[in-house]
Amino acid sequence: MLGLNKKDSSLFLLVLLLVIFAPFLLNPFPENSELAQFNAGYPDLMQRFLIFGIFAIGFNILFGLTGYLSFGHAAFLGVGSYAGVWMMKLLTMNVLPAIIISVIFAGLFSLLVGYISLRRSGIYFSILTLAFAQMSFSLAYSVLTPITAGETGLQLALDDPRILGVSQVDGTIPLAHFFGLNMRESYELAMGGWLFTFNAGYYLCAVIMMIAFYVAIRIFRSPFGMMLRAVKSNQQRMNFTGLNSRPYTLAAFVISGMYAGLAGGLMVAMDPLAGAERMQWTASGEVVLMTILGGAGTLIGPVLGAGFIKYLENIFSKINDNILYEWFSALPTAVADVLVFVIHPFIGKGWHLTLGIMFMLIVIFLPGGIMEGFQRIGKMFSRKKKTATGPSGAAPAPAE
Amino acid sequence: MEILRVEGVNKSFGGLKALNNVNFSVQEGTVHAIIGPNGAGKSTFLNCMIGRLAPDTGTVMFGDISLTGMKPHEINQVGVSRVFQTPEIFGDLTLLENIMIPAFAKRDGDFALHPFRRVDHDAEIHDKALHMLEDVNLAEKKDMVASSLSRGDKRRLELAMCLSQDPKLLLLDEPTAGMSRADTNNTIDLLQRIGDRGITKVVIEHDMHVVFSLAEKVTVLAQGTIIAEGKPEDIKGDPRVQEAYLGGAHL
Repeated sequence: MLGLNKKDSSLFLLVLLLVIFAPFLLNPFPENSELAQFNAGYPDLMQRFLIFGIFAIGFNILFGLTGYLSFGHAAFLGVGSYAGVWMMKLLTMNVLPAIIISVIFAGLFSLLVGYISLRRSGIYFSILTLAFAQMSFSLAYSVLTPITAGETGLQLALDDPRILGVSQVDGTIPLAHFFGLNMRESYELAMGGWLFTFNAGYYLCAVIMMIAFYVAIRIFRSPFGMMLRAVKSNQQRMNFTGLNSRPYTLAAFVISGMYAGLAGGLMVAMDPLAGAERMQWTASGEVVLMTILGGAGTLIGPVLGAGFIKYLENIFSKINDNILYEWFSALPTAVADVLVFVIHPFIGKGWHLTLGIMFMLIVIFLPGGIMEGFQRIGKMFSRKKKTATGPSGAAPAPAE
Repeated sequence: MEILRVEGVNKSFGGLKALNNVNFSVQEGTVHAIIGPNGAGKSTFLNCMIGRLAPDTGTVMFGDISLTGMKPHEINQVGVSRVFQTPEIFGDLTLLENIMIPAFAKRDGDFALHPFRRVDHDAEIHDKALHMLEDVNLAEKKDMVASSLSRGDKRRLELAMCLSQDPKLLLLDEPTAGMSRADTNNTIDLLQRIGDRGITKVVIEHDMHVVFSLAEKVTVLAQGTIIAEGKPEDIKGDPRVQEAYLGGAHL
């Protein structure tokens, strides 16, 4: 299918189905139940799952294949965001030009950063990219205020020209749309106690994410992708084999920078503003965490990692002591007090602590990330099957 | 006809003179061995030829092409391949992929961006790689990860990688070091077989058994200078060589 082999086709279809039915899958709890706050099926969060999924897929093309660990990828996301907002200010509220220009600007900027940073490898490369990103952040925050609006962040205004669209509609800023389809438009489906939301912006993100995922699979399976893995495996042998590793790493860097720009452009399409904090080193670190947590070098791992972290960030951080007391209301007050005291540091603002512990556990026990966990479970099942059906049992699929 | 000509090469590391005015040439289609005691400068010499080190002075000519100042991948692209002292392979990749990469490099050049081609649809490269693996008796392990091979198998894999590029000149740095006698003999057989393809070979070797079964010409290097050169029989009897190489003992 689509020039993919059988295994990749089924993976692609699985992801496609998950993405299409996400509004159902992420809302497993009825609206009025105690557990409703664990529902993640609201448009804002679902969009973020996909956008950060794209960001992580792109990062994985660089880090997962070539092993070059960039600590500055948020800079490309930020550049993409600014470019996108400017497009909406100057040209039109249609999101398509904004997304395209985001990818182009991020690509150009990553070409510059990559050209310089890739002269070094290992830790020096990481530090160089980090330096570039922090430099971009500081510039956006101060010197470049006319372009980036500094601290306040770049926003749309009533007097923006929007030469291909309209400046304002009835005294308000027009909404972002895709050829007339409003990004905020949602269809709500109530079934029993459940409420499912189908959002136009989410499905636009979904289409773009599936395209981005498809391109990533093709890159993984191409001779180009094989050369990128050769860079990671043994760069010296690669050079003595007649291959110039520099353009390969630069191409991977620019492609992953363009993915970051695409993510930035989509963020703007969903919510037309851009701030310097998107370029900060914590944002760059987050995509590294996502990729490693999900499984660097695997096709789908980074998307899972992105979903995992964004879920923790948005759901865990909302739990507070009052909610805990509600859960433990059946217990004696003294016991509830102790439990709340113990759990308190891990919830609300302390969700980073939970994330940190999860990250450590996964890196120590499953160095291949969540994907390695799945593979081990898969192996356990196929081993059981083997003992039942004899040595002819199907072997588990090899790692990506 | 000369395929490789090295003239007046000097190389120093700090105060140590590793190569002292070395002049050397290799005839096309022959097997040329370089021997010498430890620290004689053999590996430095090889590194100067393939661009891993830049000689301080002197020139390295490959046919009409000057290799001095060229980058390693450019030197490979003109037809010089090298087998290393410790096998340099792509440890995380399968054996088949290990051979396909040099085959791609030979066909598509030092950089090719084809993000939508599929590796497994490239029958030409695939068949060539499989054929090459059969040649070195590794075909049944084609889907194994290269780092899991034994040392002897890694060497054979590396040799197959170099051969898949049909090089004009093959440089081998101690191709049998650390091998059992049986493996050594297998490697000699293999190297003799590829001699039939007309590939010129320069071999650095410690094992005299290998040198005398393969080489048509031997150059003896000691303390950075060439002290003797000639046919294996002549070298065997040369008293200077015995003095420098074996401390006076008889070969």
